[in-house]
Amino acid sequence: MIAIIDYGVGNLFSIAGGLKAIGAETEITRDPVRITAAERVVLPGVGAFGDAMDKLRATGLIPVLKHEAEHKPFLGICLGMQLLFDKSEEYGEHEGLGLIPGRVCDLRRDLSDKTLKVPHMGWNALEIRRDDPFFKYVRNGEYVYYVHSFYAKDCAVNTLAVSRYGDVDVTGVVCRGKVYGTQFHPEKSGDTGLRLLKAFAEL
Amino acid sequence: MLAKRIIPCLDVKDGRVVKGMNFTGLRDISDPVELARYYNDSGADELVFYDITASAEGRKLFTDILKRTAAEVFIPLTVGGGIRTVDDFDRVLKCGADKVSVNSGAIANPSLIGEAAKKYGDQCVVLSMDVKRVNGQFRVFAKGGREDTGLDALDWAERGVGNGAGEIVLNSIDTDGVKQGFDLEMLDALAARVSVPIIASGGAGNMEHFAELFTHPGIDAGLAASIFHSRQVDIHELKHFLREKGVEMRV
Repeated sequence: MIAIIDYGVGNLFSIAGGLKAIGAETEITRDPVRITAAERVVLPGVGAFGDAMDKLRATGLIPVLKHEAEHKPFLGICLGMQLLFDKSEEYGEHEGLGLIPGRVCDLRRDLSDKTLKVPHMGWNALEIRRDDPFFKYVRNGEYVYYVHSFYAKDCAVNTLAVSRYGDVDVTGVVCRGKVYGTQFHPEKSGDTGLRLLKAFAEL
Repeated sequence: MLAKRIIPCLDVKDGRVVKGMNFTGLRDISDPVELARYYNDSGADELVFYDITASAEGRKLFTDILKRTAAEVFIPLTVGGGIRTVDDFDRVLKCGADKVSVNSGAIANPSLIGEAAKKYGDQCVVLSMDVKRVNGQFRVFAKGGREDTGLDALDWAERGVGNGAGEIVLNSIDTDGVKQGFDLEMLDALAARVSVPIIASGGAGNMEHFAELFTHPGIDAGLAASIFHSRQVDIHELKHFLREKGVEMRV
């Protein structure tokens, strides 16, 4: 069973649907017993970093998630991926889960071409930098769907794939131990996204 | 870089997909869930559902269709039609929509965009505009293109973006249903005023019209309905055609 963490943030319906489509059993939950019993954990998220961390803190699940991330495949999606890092600079400085070294910064500030639109929203090609079982069913250059204004940086050692936007390599997929994160939405990335979820379900 | 997007639009009335010429003479085409699945499989980059139902019963049918579609289709879904309050945003987002488009609702209540953007983020709020030339001015029309609001379209767009609209759908009433190409003059004028993604709507009749559209760098996506529903243009074929022309496409 894959536990999808319900902390009042994000579209859990689509993630559950995507996982169901690849034949995985899912449970949307905030119960520590169910999360501990799960074989895998998915941390979703949409919205602002500080607000999401506050909500996650309010559930009391942070120690549970940090512990589980050491022992089973764990996937953060979009803002859920950003939460894996040490800190974010979105509307002030906020501390993250600290599962992957790095920080989350304003994409607009790092783009030299100021005419480029932010949010970075739409389909961008995935450049795989390091082979990993997560890419078992996808090829280099397949397109995935992004919607975000902040991005993870100073995390090259844990970066598996990026997408190029202007002169910035947007961190697309990260991994450290059993902890994975995707800045894009695999549950909205068509067949490519479903194949990534399938690989995650088989890790 | 980001690929240009091809977006089929499904106008749903009482649980069925319809598409009219210049907004009148609606004709039934197909089952929305089946059509959505077909588009997902043929490479559509996103789907737009417009609920043009008036009755409460029709609205219930619509949310049910949305839920069924979201459970089977794994590309972004934008929903519009009858969005007047933040509660309406909530209702469709809970059914699996990723973005919500506002049109007449934002004209009636200009604070709607700001309230929704604050709650759900800019990326979630799409400002959809039906625009027609009146005395040499681009004018916003409400109520499905029937009522001249007197608003200047470019000012309205700029104000909407300032309040938090993350994307604009520009539907030209002048070119809608005529199939002679997108309204490039109107689209360029909008692109010069706002910095959010622009989705062009109204006027696509063939594949060349999309190729022409994407030579205009300020335009991010092309939206159409009848030419896709009637299979006059096949999305898979269109995307290969555009890629050969040098347009970045997800194929």
